[in-house]
Amino acid sequence: MKGFLVRLKALLVLYAVWLALMAPLSTQDLAAGLGIVLVLVLLPLPGLSIYREISLAPKRILFFILYIGVLLIEICKSNIDVALRVVQPVIPIQPGIVKVSTRLTSRLGRWVLANSITLTPGTITVETKGGDLYIHWISVTADDVDSATKKIVNQFEKYLEVIFG
Amino acid sequence: MEILAIIGSFVSLIGAFFLLLAAIGIIRMPDTYNRMQTGTKATTLGSMLFFVGIGLAHPSWWTKLLILTVFIFLTNPLSSHVLARALHFIGKSPLVEPYSGPSVRDDLAFDEAQAVLAAEGSRQMEKGEAE
Repeated sequence: MKGFLVRLKALLVLYAVWLALMAPLSTQDLAAGLGIVLVLVLLPLPGLSIYREISLAPKRILFFILYIGVLLIEICKSNIDVALRVVQPVIPIQPGIVKVSTRLTSRLGRWVLANSITLTPGTITVETKGGDLYIHWISVTADDVDSATKKIVNQFEKYLEVIFG
Repeated sequence: MEILAIIGSFVSLIGAFFLLLAAIGIIRMPDTYNRMQTGTKATTLGSMLFFVGIGLAHPSWWTKLLILTVFIFLTNPLSSHVLARALHFIGKSPLVEPYSGPSVRDDLAFDEAQAVLAAEGSRQMEKGEAE
């Protein structure tokens, strides 16, 4: 029964992607897409266990939408910051690798956190070990793990904690 | 309709401007890590604005552009993380000479050196016990 639900979710996601790719739609597109998606979903593949951690509770979906907004704002802010650094006569950078630690325990939550940090200009996740992330920072302005965590991680963490539990 | 196309062109122009700044950054930055910072990251906002602009000019394309944006957002961090990780493990230090200040450091190299020292210590302990 659980396997059936997972496959049903996979079918809905794949079909939505197909519909988005094929818009505007004709009847032929709808039928062909349904056929392909059904074959893909019914293949006896084990599936990645990491996706079972996704939960679709309304509160989590609401926080996920909020999170996308926060992420976009952060990307814009730090993009402008990096762009301003690039055009100055003497580039004001202090590159280094800092260690930050996260409270998140779910694998998917840590994955989203590491990718969000990398998407934000000025910080790249270089390595992860358990709950510790090592981050290349274009301008290191924190002296220890706690203050670096506060500056890089906390803005994302409070949303991800609700989304992935 | 006409107005939307004009607004879309302006948004695309801003996106192109960010891509230009990324290209300038690749030339100006002192080492590979920082080139990656500008080269791979300024493109997130640049290409996003570009897609938004095209979506405004051609509203019927927006679903495809949305999928493109999601694809970039899923793959861009993965590739730059793998590049940075490989770069670190072939021994490239993130510290650059003229820019080094008091707060500049490399926690990952420090922790790795400590792990190597600890392993060395326990091996010598075992050796001592065997003798």
